[in-house]
Amino acid sequence: MDYGWIMIVPVLGGALAGAAMLIWWERRLLGFWQDRLGPNRVGPFGLLQIVADIVKLFTKDDWVPPFADRVVFILAPTAIMAGMLMAFAVVPFGPGLHVIDLNIGLLFFLAMISLAVYGVLLGGLSSNNKYSLLGGLRSAAQMVTYEVFMGLSIMGVVLLTGSFNMSEIVRAQEDVWFVVPQILGFFVFLLAGIAESHRLPFDLPEAEHELAGGFHTEYSGMKFGLIMVGEYLGVILVSAMITTLFFGGWLAPGFLPPISILGPELEGVFWFSLKTTFFVCFFVLLRAGIPRPRYDQLMSLGWKILLPITLINLLATGAIALFIAEGG
Amino acid sequence: MWSHVRTLWEVLKHTFSRNETVQYPEEMPYLAPRYRGRIILTRDPDGEERCVACNLCAVVCPVDCIALEKTEGEDGRWLPEFFRINFSRCIMCGMCEEACPTYAIQLTPDFELCEFNRDNMVYEKEHLLIDGVGKYPGYSFWQIAGKTIAGKDKGEAQGECEPVDVKDLLP
Repeated sequence: MDYGWIMIVPVLGGALAGAAMLIWWERRLLGFWQDRLGPNRVGPFGLLQIVADIVKLFTKDDWVPPFADRVVFILAPTAIMAGMLMAFAVVPFGPGLHVIDLNIGLLFFLAMISLAVYGVLLGGLSSNNKYSLLGGLRSAAQMVTYEVFMGLSIMGVVLLTGSFNMSEIVRAQEDVWFVVPQILGFFVFLLAGIAESHRLPFDLPEAEHELAGGFHTEYSGMKFGLIMVGEYLGVILVSAMITTLFFGGWLAPGFLPPISILGPELEGVFWFSLKTTFFVCFFVLLRAGIPRPRYDQLMSLGWKILLPITLINLLATGAIALFIAEGG
Repeated sequence: MWSHVRTLWEVLKHTFSRNETVQYPEEMPYLAPRYRGRIILTRDPDGEERCVACNLCAVVCPVDCIALEKTEGEDGRWLPEFFRINFSRCIMCGMCEEACPTYAIQLTPDFELCEFNRDNMVYEKEHLLIDGVGKYPGYSFWQIAGKTIAGKDKGEAQGECEPVDVKDLLP
């Protein structure tokens, strides 16, 4: 069953609500891991903190620095947001629950998430500020490093499935999740995903301890809000992609009986959300625990270790797939 | 790499540890008796002011928030004419307390110094003086010092010898 365009509404609403929730949830979780309480004042469990933050961002002075490249400066946050939201179109949230069932879904995801990086890059460049420029520079260096092995790391999954279609990839995992045969691909994609959503420990373009805020130093008001929501969307998106590609997407763990009261579609959404939430929490845990490397360290890690690992993984997967296809 | 994994595990264990922070306005944190907060001026056990207006606190104060002027009482005691602390400058460093030779100026564990009007942060002597001895219950400066005041002549202070008659030849 295909719901088609009507799915835009729940996907858009869900993704934005999730990203907004993450503002609160990340701070709360960081609080617990640092032995404090986190924001718990506004509303039950501090949930209305989201509303307070949004009201604050909307009422802030929306200032464009006079020395900035005005057009690019305004367009850059939009590029981040649009790229991330577009990529959500191909994510299958349950059986048949996707905005569009592209047969090149995975390539579309890679293309869109790369577009979002342009927002970071152009935002840093157009701010015309040395900290922002350094942030944009790092973002460019980071991009050429991880985009290579990010694309290659999921080719193993494509090889095993024989399709770029996301729903096909999930259905191919009914026997065993791809995290088992593609464990190397999973680790590499996880690292690339952290770098992609420029989250700690790979938040080098932002690096508020060294660059005052990096590429978004000059941004204020809702333009900054867009960048921030874009970042949280990236976290959710990468978590959703990890779930889809390596952890069986909407499929329940095989040993569990189906939850009959929900029906197959809601059950799919339930398992998908559960797995995605797990990885979102893992992202926050990384922020709580791991220090940031220098960007030459990140680049040498990417080119000298992760890229060879990915290539070996791809080669081995290809050889095995060929061996099986030849009737082994 | 292994140390990073271990770091993550150690951080994750904090999910189940107690919070170090407290919900401040509802639940007050414990403050040690010698916590450095709002400054007070204490009195002797007999109820008179301890401060002798020596100005040492004003001299040692790194932000110059203390101002006072000496006067002399009818009984011969020295005491401040006025004693003014500007709490919007005070950094609660406690150096005035250390400098004070008479234990008059002391810091208390009260840190809630908030006013809507900045002028109200300037405390005068009547705001600073308390009706107690503070941290040093038995101490009475004027009963130890050698200076003559009404009701206590030379040689009558605690541990003080009779004054030597310099015109007497006898040993």
